[in-house]
Amino acid sequence: MNYILGAFKPACHISITFSDGKSRKQVPLKKENGQTAMVPLFQSQENISGKISIEPVSGKKVEHNGIKVELLGQIEMYFDRNNFYDFTSLVRELDVPGEIYERKTYPFEFSTVEMPYETYNGVNVRLRYILKVTISRGYAGSIVEYQDFVVRNYGPPPSINNSIKMEVGIEDCLHIEFEYNKSKYDLKDVIIGKIYFLLVRIKIKNMDLEIRRRESTGSGANTHVETETLAKFELMDGAPVRGESIPIRLFLSPYELTPTYRNINNKFSVKYYLNLVLVDEEDRRYFKQQEITMFRLGETS
Amino acid sequence: MHHNGVEDEEKWLAAGITGLQQNAFYMHRALDSSNLKDALKYSAQMLSELRTSRLSPQKYYELYMRAFDELRKLEIFFKEETKRGCSIVELYELVQHAGNILPRLYLLCTVGSVYIKSKEAPAKDILKDLVEMCRGIQHPLRGLFLRSYLSQVSRDKLPDLGSEYEGDAETVSDAVEFVLQNFTEMNKLWVRMQHQGPAREKEKREKERSELRDLVGKNLHVLSQIEGVDLDMYRETVLTRVLEQVVNCKDEIAQCYLMDCIIQVFPDEYHLQTLETLLGAFPQLQPSVDIKTVLSRLMDRLSNYAASSAEVLPEFFQVEAFAKLSNAIGKVIEAQDDMPVIGVVTLYSSLLTFTLQVHPDRLDFVDQILGACVTKLSGKGKLEDSKSRKQVVALLSAPLQKYNDIDIALKLSNYPHVMEYLDNGTKKEMASVIIQSIMKNKTLISNSEKVEALFELIKGLIKDLEGNLQSELDEEDFHEEQNSVARLIQMLHNDDPEEMLKIICTVKKHILAGGPKRLPFTVPPLIFNALKLIRRLQNRDENVAEEDTAATPKKIFQILNQIIEALSSVPVPEVAMRLYLQCAEAADDSDLEPVAYEFFTQAYLLYEEEISDSKAQVTAIHLIIGTLQRMHVFGVENRDTLTHKATGYSAKLLKKPDQCRAVYACSHLFWVDDQDSIKDGERVLLCLKRALRIANAAQQMANATRGSGGSVALFIEILNKYLYFFEKGVTQITVASVQSLIELITNEMQGENATPDPTADAFFASTLRFIQFQKDKGGAVGEKYEAIKV
Repeated sequence: MNYILGAFKPACHISITFSDGKSRKQVPLKKENGQTAMVPLFQSQENISGKISIEPVSGKKVEHNGIKVELLGQIEMYFDRNNFYDFTSLVRELDVPGEIYERKTYPFEFSTVEMPYETYNGVNVRLRYILKVTISRGYAGSIVEYQDFVVRNYGPPPSINNSIKMEVGIEDCLHIEFEYNKSKYDLKDVIIGKIYFLLVRIKIKNMDLEIRRRESTGSGANTHVETETLAKFELMDGAPVRGESIPIRLFLSPYELTPTYRNINNKFSVKYYLNLVLVDEEDRRYFKQQEITMFRLGETS
Repeated sequence: MHHNGVEDEEKWLAAGITGLQQNAFYMHRALDSSNLKDALKYSAQMLSELRTSRLSPQKYYELYMRAFDELRKLEIFFKEETKRGCSIVELYELVQHAGNILPRLYLLCTVGSVYIKSKEAPAKDILKDLVEMCRGIQHPLRGLFLRSYLSQVSRDKLPDLGSEYEGDAETVSDAVEFVLQNFTEMNKLWVRMQHQGPAREKEKREKERSELRDLVGKNLHVLSQIEGVDLDMYRETVLTRVLEQVVNCKDEIAQCYLMDCIIQVFPDEYHLQTLETLLGAFPQLQPSVDIKTVLSRLMDRLSNYAASSAEVLPEFFQVEAFAKLSNAIGKVIEAQDDMPVIGVVTLYSSLLTFTLQVHPDRLDFVDQILGACVTKLSGKGKLEDSKSRKQVVALLSAPLQKYNDIDIALKLSNYPHVMEYLDNGTKKEMASVIIQSIMKNKTLISNSEKVEALFELIKGLIKDLEGNLQSELDEEDFHEEQNSVARLIQMLHNDDPEEMLKIICTVKKHILAGGPKRLPFTVPPLIFNALKLIRRLQNRDENVAEEDTAATPKKIFQILNQIIEALSSVPVPEVAMRLYLQCAEAADDSDLEPVAYEFFTQAYLLYEEEISDSKAQVTAIHLIIGTLQRMHVFGVENRDTLTHKATGYSAKLLKKPDQCRAVYACSHLFWVDDQDSIKDGERVLLCLKRALRIANAAQQMANATRGSGGSVALFIEILNKYLYFFEKGVTQITVASVQSLIELITNEMQGENATPDPTADAFFASTLRFIQFQKDKGGAVGEKYEAIKV
């Protein structure tokens, strides 16, 4: 709705620049209109500072009841449009009510901002961070400008990271043992493992390893669960016999993964699963799904 | 679902090629513009065509080869990329992002090849990774081709000794390990093909499998090419591991092919040094494996190796190759209880060839093999199928060919025992082989024991064998056979008359058992061989002949008599009679009147009792006359009896002209130049006159029956006899008698009833010319003839 206001001829131009905008890393962010824009990347506890300059259009003066900049962390449920849950809201007043005749620049700073959640664009939910500049005006409605930015939080490698090892099967039909080298993977990791066939009585056509994302939103009776298959990686072609061991090596970097999010602000969770799928010649699928935890490892520069 | 096989396959192949080419086109464009991302994308799509399950191995191969060519271009591109600064390690990861496994692994192998060349990582690590990752393809056909691709791109990049990719101390092991692993996996896939798909397509599947076998075998070839594989490594690792796979795969086709492969690709000296291990695998193979062929080929190879140079022979002795092979064959035969006879014989045959090559001096080995063969054959009866019989013939022929000497075979005690298992036809065939060998090599069979043994061997030709009543044999073949036996009999010789006599007796014993059909072929050569001996005895210094020696002409003649007598059972009186006459003449040379007389008597008896055909009689009587004429041993009485008889036979011939001719021939019996006692002109004249009478009678008969005069030829012939005796000075032959005969002939020829006969005219003319010629000679002869007017 705020954007629609922008469709009217704005009285002034508002531009938001970050103080380290030139050097700060930019990442792509998918906008609502489907386009991708490059936006700056932050992490929690960082200082977010910069300048906001307001320039009235061709000599017009802008009367206002005050100017403020807000840093908002919002969760937006798609099935519940227009309802934003701001889990973070910081405000800096920039100017007392008055008039602006010419370009005026205001520095701002939010220091050591707590941004515990990462930017996320899911199927049913979006978590975004924005800087919102509001020029309050009594009668003509406020002039608002937004600047998205992305937050990613890095963690250390988990201290405990066991492998996933499991024997599964259908009695007298198929018994396999599979092993993934870890249960927690960073986003650029490689899944190494193997599948060992203990018993094969069905004619297997092929075997895939899928990476699935399970996004659940809402709570209680209103929980929405959405599962997407992000990767479908063929591990084996043809029918193995007993005793065969098939290697797994799946590079995660080509896929757009996020860390695992557990119960973000009581609004949503995003979990990842490895799904091992065996397809037989009659196209029956046999699968075993295992959750893996994704995390974002601090990038070594 | 049933597809219309071939046609559909062509369609699918065409579709595959089209898809492949399209993507290859985009890939080329990406390569040209150095667009790595697109290059990977389109190459993966291109390779996706290889994911098809619809093509037979042959068609799939076609598709594969096209992809292979494209991958070479891609490899070059990858190499250039790395030169342009793209990290090979990154590239190695990048290709693994492909979602489909088959294209991913083809790309991985391709990049892997560049990776090894870059030497940024040890070759062994990359190879190990590649061969491991390829496990993802469990589909037999696709897996075989992928691994074949791996083998292809890696074979010049193995960390072999001396290779630029050589690694640390274990480098050869690494190279070997890689190839072995690829080999093992390929073989497993190959074997698995057998068990997939419906049972009714078994045959088709086996055919397809055999089309693919070289893909698997290629690995063994690569192994054999690794420089660093020395004997120890071959023994400890290569052979052990390969055999382990071969034995464990429990697949007939694979075992048969791979065993043969091992034998063919690795060097002979390795085989020799690892013989025990190699042979140890054979009894562990599936019972249906055609071990005999494989094992035979091993022995053939070793035989050739032994033949290649005398220097290698000590190796054979050192490893006791014979004992090992012999032992292995025994075990295999034992393990494969239902091995057909042909298999057994083939194995022993190969072992025999091997032995002859490696141990030419060890006849005992040869005999041992034959003995083992006998043991296996015993209780099986005669060999039924022609293939195994052929194999036995080969087995038995081998020593003959090797030694070129039947003597050797005769020393092998088991040789005849093996022959026992042949059917009659094959026995004969074998006998022919033996005889041919003797002929070819002009082998002298020089004592009676050998002759005994030899005849035992060739008894198929010598006598009728039991159960061979129906003589299905072609007449011509039979003659051929018997002629060869006849030639063989001629070959027997010993300088010592005693031994030679023994030989003759031995032969006699055998041929007399040969039955009436053979005697006409076998008796004459024996007779002549014996006569040769007699002639030798005649020439011998008289002193040498001792009293108690058996080898006297007299004794031999007795034997000959018995032999010829045997012919009466046939009967072939003409042949027997000729032989009697031949013997009589020999007896004449030996001055044995009674013997000669006896032979003549026999000949006469045959003439009288057996020879009834008039043509045969004519021939016989002339033979008798001729022989008798040459005899000088007879006293007056005996001679009279014989000549009288001969004259009598002559006059009793059926046809007048024959009578006439025989009678005038008899005239010679009374006048022999070099025998003063035989100069009886009266009886000469009598004979000739009688001949004339008969000629006259013949003439009249011809007139009576045909209304025309017969030929005057008889008269002219008699005239010639007159002239002969006239010239010899027989006083009873006067000028007048000659003269009147000439006139008679002239009249006859000009007579009304004379039939024109140019031959007779010419004959007469030349006779007259002869008279004229003699006249012109002058001297005593000329004088004599002068009186005759022509």
